[in-house]
Amino acid sequence: MQIELGHYLILAGTLFTIGIFGIFLNRKNVIIILMSVELMLLAVNINFVAFSAYSNDMFGQIFTLFILTVAAAEAAIGLAILVVFFRAKGSINVEDINSMKG
Amino acid sequence: MIAGIFFYIFAIFLIASAIMVISSRNPVYAVFFLILGFFNATGLFILLGAEFLAMLLLMVYVGAVMVLFLFVVMMIDIDFKELSKGFLQYAPVGTLIGVIILAEIIMVVGGFVYDAEMISNAPVPIPDVATVSNLEAFGLLLYGDYVFFIEMAGIILLIALIGAVVLTLKNSSKALRQDIATQVARTPETAIEMVSVKSGQAFSTKDTIKMNKRR
Repeated sequence: MQIELGHYLILAGTLFTIGIFGIFLNRKNVIIILMSVELMLLAVNINFVAFSAYSNDMFGQIFTLFILTVAAAEAAIGLAILVVFFRAKGSINVEDINSMKG
Repeated sequence: MIAGIFFYIFAIFLIASAIMVISSRNPVYAVFFLILGFFNATGLFILLGAEFLAMLLLMVYVGAVMVLFLFVVMMIDIDFKELSKGFLQYAPVGTLIGVIILAEIIMVVGGFVYDAEMISNAPVPIPDVATVSNLEAFGLLLYGDYVFFIEMAGIILLIALIGAVVLTLKNSSKALRQDIATQVARTPETAIEMVSVKSGQAFSTKDTIKMNKRR
């Protein structure tokens, strides 16, 4: 049973789709939306590492490191905004984020 | 053979925990399932030979980001049942779009032709694990050719750190703060108050509160 690159690509594609589906399913809950974004970033990371391993190129793994960096920064800022929003409105419902009437 | 079995174990658990993340009503459970998912992704990374990234995923995600999520979920007092209303209302559209995207991804991956020449022409080839370990190869690249990239990553993290602190720093009157100038400027006249207690009468708490307010 040899695991090919395609196995990893299908796995990452499924994970990415679950992330998108999660955003649709939990449209009101910002925390779950942030977690879905983390799932999608993980799928991208798996793609990068799989391509890196199967094409014998180190740069895919280097790039994954930077994606991890940006994902960590995004989670920190996102949760900080969430806490500030909760203090201001007492809710984290996405439908309440409409003060700018955009 | 064993690698194949482990791939399927990790993959199935990863997909299952991802589904639990998006479908569980309680966000605390969702965070725990996300941690399980990251553990399985770590296993996949080790299978692919990226040990350093696997450990980084454990430390950064499971150790830091997920704990941050857990803190926020437990800190804010929200009726999550209210938020999960309309859960099934969005499901049909989500399923439709999910199926379309998954079909497209599978079509792209299915049509992907792997060129064997790509391996021999890799710009940054992975060195032989027997001589140079994954961690060593990583360090040589990061602090060699890509040193500016890692400095940029550091700046991004610094900006995120400052941004998170600035956003959440509460400057309300309720917060107890130490004002050193006021403390130093205190004199015996402002600090001590002589109260004459009438005989046969206790010093009532009402007076204490009054004094505290004056202070």
